[in-house]
Amino acid sequence: MSTGETTPRKLPGSLNTNRQLDRWLRINREGTVSVFPGKVEIGQGILTALSQIVAEELDVALGRIRLAPTDTSYSPDEGMTSGSQSITDGGAALRYAAAEARDLLMQRAAAQLGVSLEQLSVTDGTVTARSGGSVTYWDIATDELLAREATGQVPPKPAAQHSVIGTAVPRHDIPAKVGGTPSYVHDLDLPGMLHGRVARPPSYGAKLAALDEAEVRAMPGVVAVVRDGSFVGVVTEREDQAIRTLQRIKRIARWDERATLPENTNPRFLLKEVSEDEVISEKSDKAAAGQAAKTLEAEYTRPYIAHATIGPSCALASFDKGRFTIWTHSQGIYPLRNDLSRVLAVEPERITVIHCDGAGCYGHNGADDVALDAALLARAAPGRPVRVQWMREDEFMWEPYGPAMVVKLKASLDTDGNIVDWVEDIWSNSHSTRPGAQKGVNLIAAWHLAQPHEPSPPRNPPLPGGGSHRNAIPIYEFPNQRVTNRLIKRMPLRVSAMRALGATANVFAIESFMDELAAAAGADPVEFRLRHLKDPRARAVIEMVAAKAGWKKGEKGDGSRGRGVGFARYKNGACYVAVIVEVDVGNEIGVKRAWAAIDAGLVINPDGLINQTEGGLIQTVSWALKEAVQFDRERVLTQTWDDYPILTFEEIPHVEVTIINRPELPPLGAGEGAQGPTASAIANAVFNAMGARLRDLPFTRDKVISALA
Amino acid sequence: MLAHERNASSPGDQNVAITLTVNGKKHEVAADPETPLLYVLRNDLKLKGARYGCGLGQCGACTVIIDGEAVQSCDVPASAVTGKAITTIEGIARNGKLHPLQEAFIAEQAAQCGYCATGIIMAAKALLDANPKATESEIRTALKGNLCRCGTHQRILHAIQRVAKELRQ
Repeated sequence: MSTGETTPRKLPGSLNTNRQLDRWLRINREGTVSVFPGKVEIGQGILTALSQIVAEELDVALGRIRLAPTDTSYSPDEGMTSGSQSITDGGAALRYAAAEARDLLMQRAAAQLGVSLEQLSVTDGTVTARSGGSVTYWDIATDELLAREATGQVPPKPAAQHSVIGTAVPRHDIPAKVGGTPSYVHDLDLPGMLHGRVARPPSYGAKLAALDEAEVRAMPGVVAVVRDGSFVGVVTEREDQAIRTLQRIKRIARWDERATLPENTNPRFLLKEVSEDEVISEKSDKAAAGQAAKTLEAEYTRPYIAHATIGPSCALASFDKGRFTIWTHSQGIYPLRNDLSRVLAVEPERITVIHCDGAGCYGHNGADDVALDAALLARAAPGRPVRVQWMREDEFMWEPYGPAMVVKLKASLDTDGNIVDWVEDIWSNSHSTRPGAQKGVNLIAAWHLAQPHEPSPPRNPPLPGGGSHRNAIPIYEFPNQRVTNRLIKRMPLRVSAMRALGATANVFAIESFMDELAAAAGADPVEFRLRHLKDPRARAVIEMVAAKAGWKKGEKGDGSRGRGVGFARYKNGACYVAVIVEVDVGNEIGVKRAWAAIDAGLVINPDGLINQTEGGLIQTVSWALKEAVQFDRERVLTQTWDDYPILTFEEIPHVEVTIINRPELPPLGAGEGAQGPTASAIANAVFNAMGARLRDLPFTRDKVISALA
Repeated sequence: MLAHERNASSPGDQNVAITLTVNGKKHEVAADPETPLLYVLRNDLKLKGARYGCGLGQCGACTVIIDGEAVQSCDVPASAVTGKAITTIEGIARNGKLHPLQEAFIAEQAAQCGYCATGIIMAAKALLDANPKATESEIRTALKGNLCRCGTHQRILHAIQRVAKELRQ
């Protein structure tokens, strides 16, 4: 059916949904360039990379770039900063917007200087004609120059002309962060600011039965007590008063609790849950299947794991004359505003959400939830901003965890040791329950109000990126293949996006199983992978990491030391990463050294890419060796760092990251590529060291002992 | 919704005067004597560089130096450190120049989110002040109470070793 409208041209990245050039860029008379990113800094260095892109395409010095804080009053809506998509979404938008802005500036310069475009060159915003005469961007730019829709038709510079892209520009935010200067939303200190805390229920199913509010109100410094259903919060003059009042509430409140959690922390309870099943990949070649000579089966699991940010979530809110202002480290200010609007029952236009940096989140943590907490408390103290920071136990008990998963694999080898058949089944909850859904509210406080909101129905982001099935389809070439995703909608524990989503468990399973098959085929694990891979970029990272690590064909561990390899192309479409680790297995597993090779196409900032890859690798060593959320039938028992140990300075491996730069190819998302390869490389190294196969994360001491038994 | 306005008892009725010496300057604040030093630094003195991470002395994000020792300021009552010399991250620059450890963190780009960095710098400063020749293994041990979640450890170790090396020469 024709609507009489023509489909607008598809524009690169987030330019497609935010089409005005001046939504992204402004050329200022004082010799600076304002950049309005919709993506946010979460410790990954994205804002420095985006500045490099704009400086490159506009031909201005980096020092002229001014980044505007992301703010719903003016910033482009780029949804979430997640899924390693900021360079491909926001980076592409800014790259094309800046290229087009430069073109418009050059046309205007040509007109003013009375010469043709070919006569012009530009250095740091000064346009010079070959015949003499020059103008600057700052003199000729006017507001209306960029007040137009992007065409996306001005090509960005070819790689050969890059002088800023591809260089290790230092992060612009690090001096303040190591200098002790206020840098985070946690550090905001507004005039008249009050402090709030929320007394969360002791367990998911708990309902507030009784609370002596008079006793709470009598505590020193209390300005307001907010009680609405099972939501209880307090606002005080001083932060320490809020914490003391919170402790008092926790002592005197009575809750009715229910047993709602699985019978134990073993993820295999998922196998008994009702699931929505979908075959996501199928290939059939009967002749090849007939060659099967040996069949292996194995089952791999990952427990619930916590994002465990180092800085518990924080937000500030003020409520004045019917309008809310929220300061937040959310990964998506527009989606958050969507859900806040439903709970606070005010139009989105009456809520301004401003992003400020937070501590690293690694996915969906308490950032959005605490913003609603702050808004609910601010409503009880009109005219004065309220700062709420979660306590450590709030973050551990209430953040949405990375879901537990089970992956079952079965494969057959022919007599030459080639895989001829591959069957894979995945059990998992959804990996994305973030705010911003069409229906429902994904913020904790909303579920506890006397008039509660329902969470949105669980969904799986679609392939090729995918959610629980991210990286479930092997990148290797097998003649027969069936991969089934079993999405479980009942969520006994709150879960959502954690760095790499399902890719961690899926790659861990696939790459561990590849190792098992290599052993069964009597093949070297590096050679065995290459045997089943055609993609030259995939082969190149494996060959690179093997060379860097000095991998010897058929190398064997010595009973305690050993090495293993893991590989994946993140999301089957983003960066390629191969990892080799060396372990030392004594009473516990120690990861001593690690090598990674990464191909992320065009590299914007090589040091940023190395930092992210190194960090992803080390974080995964922690997940793989130590981490699992603990609970009983009623309560989450993980409340402090004692209950949830992570890798410490004494246990950190030496890591060496090698980049394969491909400046002629598009940049690929790279923030989450090391996770799956690292987890599997550790399991494979343990097998290489001592012949014991670990299939259940995390690889704690008792798992090693039982694998050896 | 039941929102209760300010109650009859005035705020801060358990507050007492506490005198603290921070970065060489004396400050008097009014706070409950049990208030952890961290909140006095951040909210009364507006020194935001020490950060709340756990409130239990388990993570090190709030580390300051008291009489030469690295101390987790979330875990010590403000009233217990009167008369002691408290140094925070804001007090280690000299003549407008960042401390060598801070410079080294920038040179090594030893941060991702950076939330843990100030506490780690203070723990490292206490170590190098006492033992300028600290080895990698001694640095690792000294930092075992400081958690980093982004996995920036290797760069942090390089930054501290860079300073230790300069001190050895």
